[in-house]
Amino acid sequence: MIISIASGKGGTGKTLVATSLAVSLKNKQKVQLLDCDAEEPNDHIFLKPDLDNSEAACIAVPEIDNEKCNLCGKCAEVCAFNAIAMLPQQPLVFTNLCHGCGACSYLCPQKAITETKRGIGVVEWGQAGGIDFVHGKLDIGEAMAPPIIRQVKKHAAKDGVVIIDAPPGTSCPVVETVKDSHFCLLVTEPTPFGLNDLMLAVEMVKDMGIACGVVLNRAGNGDGKVLEYCQTQNIPILLTIPLDTDIARIYSRGITLAEGYPQWQQDFSGLFNKITEMVDERNRCSER
Amino acid sequence: MKEIVVLSGKGGTGKTSIVGSFASLAESKVLVDCDVDAADLHLLLQPFILQRNDFWGGKTAVIDKKLCMRCGLCQQVCRFNAIKSSTVNAAACEGCGFCFHICPANAISMQPNLSGEWFISETKYGQLVHARLGIAQENSGKLVAAIRKEAKTIAEAKKSDFIISDGPPGIGCPVISALSGADIALLVTEPTLSGMHDLKRVLGVCQHFEVPALVCINKFDINKDNSRKIRQYCLEQGVEVAAEIPFDNVFTEAMINNSTVVEYCHNGVSRQIERLWDAILTKVRGDKSAPNQ
Amino acid sequence: MKIAITASSPKLEAEVDPRFGRCQYFIIIDPETMQFESLENAGPSAKEGAGVSTAQMIIAKGASAVLTGNCGPNAHQALSAAGIKVITGVSGKITDAVENYKTGKFQPADQPNVNAHSGMNK
Repeated sequence: MIISIASGKGGTGKTLVATSLAVSLKNKQKVQLLDCDAEEPNDHIFLKPDLDNSEAACIAVPEIDNEKCNLCGKCAEVCAFNAIAMLPQQPLVFTNLCHGCGACSYLCPQKAITETKRGIGVVEWGQAGGIDFVHGKLDIGEAMAPPIIRQVKKHAAKDGVVIIDAPPGTSCPVVETVKDSHFCLLVTEPTPFGLNDLMLAVEMVKDMGIACGVVLNRAGNGDGKVLEYCQTQNIPILLTIPLDTDIARIYSRGITLAEGYPQWQQDFSGLFNKITEMVDERNRCSER
Repeated sequence: MKEIVVLSGKGGTGKTSIVGSFASLAESKVLVDCDVDAADLHLLLQPFILQRNDFWGGKTAVIDKKLCMRCGLCQQVCRFNAIKSSTVNAAACEGCGFCFHICPANAISMQPNLSGEWFISETKYGQLVHARLGIAQENSGKLVAAIRKEAKTIAEAKKSDFIISDGPPGIGCPVISALSGADIALLVTEPTLSGMHDLKRVLGVCQHFEVPALVCINKFDINKDNSRKIRQYCLEQGVEVAAEIPFDNVFTEAMINNSTVVEYCHNGVSRQIERLWDAILTKVRGDKSAPNQ
Repeated sequence: MKIAITASSPKLEAEVDPRFGRCQYFIIIDPETMQFESLENAGPSAKEGAGVSTAQMIIAKGASAVLTGNCGPNAHQALSAAGIKVITGVSGKITDAVENYKTGKFQPADQPNVNAHSGMNK
């Protein structure tokens, strides 16, 4: 089963929930954690995995054989991203603009274009005390995270529980991360910002047809509007974590809640059981 | 005119609350919310929308079912897995047009994508340019560029001293678009290992694009040891730590009361934010070497 | 011989537009006869790669030099590869820029003078 952890707003506690959920389940079943927040991956700070495997995250970019090229300009014409310029004497490729779609090499009448790889980051994986861990890391100055996210997700296990930590927001990198999940856990806080961004995230998962539930973090400060919203929208609040400076302190030191305060492991196991029930229920409904 | 962009790498460190306070402290400015993906600044500033504009992002492939021969070539060549049984999944479509070029039946067209809206609004603190990117849309970088350009036009017409920009989290496309060419970046961090990790990456982006930076540590007393490490790191990088804000629930309380922190309270928190604003003023006025483009 | 100048409006009285890829207009002018044509640039609304597409248009127009405020790495590389001289740091009136060009006051820049993406936000 694939469970993704998302939130419209950043800093609501996705990393806390993803890492503690993984830690709480690891002694009971096979658990894999994929950190798809490739712009700012943080889960490794908490789980301290042995990242002894890595591969470059690449996109395929064109390489033009000037011997074969007859300067017809087809490649520059079909490129939607202006990554190829046809000059009077030679074509020029701008790999930093290339999205790796492959249209130019396929359509070149002279078969003068081959593809080579350009690194935009790295995918690393290894063991974290019984958890299979994978994350992607975008290079500084690079703009496009989705190709790395796709590459991280290729490592997803076929069995057991796969927990995916998503980037914040609701735009393309988040959709790329969350799609194919069986369940999406939305982490929020009871503040006006939390509510506004939760509503965006709910709209996103509903659009995608994925079942969702809410984890309410830092409960106790703020107002009751998130609760009201969840009730009217019929979205279950599956776990509540209070605003607590002790929790904030262990978080600041890079310790998961489930390890810093092991009594929480039961709560996270309970969270997982509720998710399993919801997913099973949904499967039964769709079979009927 | 100087453009100040507030970034953090990690989300939830307090960017928007600090921008809201700057809105109240700065005299002559235009505000812009560059976090188009999960915009929150409007919740603090209570804008009255003056002008609403459609945002046309990239293009999306559309298959005409009447012309389609179901040959499946489009699905075969698409590297973004955006086509299944002759139907395009708009959220996955990259807009590259590969399918459009190769379709033997000419059944595919590339159609512009209405991917969001942007607004010019009046607030009690001055004008705000903000946006709402549609769910699952790409091109947030282009939308950020569009609203920044609009903010600049307004600021020039009004002869404003500042553009204050609430930036998106992360280090990718929208961040690069919000940052490039700005006069100064304020990086709001927190003394958690995650916050520190992300600060280093976003500072790297500032250095890559040659935008001078200032750092503010929010909730510095949650982990004073980490705060000391951040100061040490900033010292090594030649970046000033301009303020340290104590952990306090007034950020949330002000938000719930639709107020900015500096208006809501007068205590150690508001004094640090005022101090931060003064440090920014000193830096943008004094730093002649800052790129002013 | 023709030179291309980035312009804020399609007239000879216009100011030099500081951006290259995302400038509003180009004035393509023969400095000897002062005969010119103006072109609207599609670059401001280009999704990405505005510098590259704009450079291709200038190359197609057969200009031998470009006068502008700032030129990023992609556009600079394309123009230089086509043998076009790139002169950056130019500002003020178009007519003054042409005059300064004729009297040899400008030195071509062998490097881009701004980062990629800079023109998006001006």
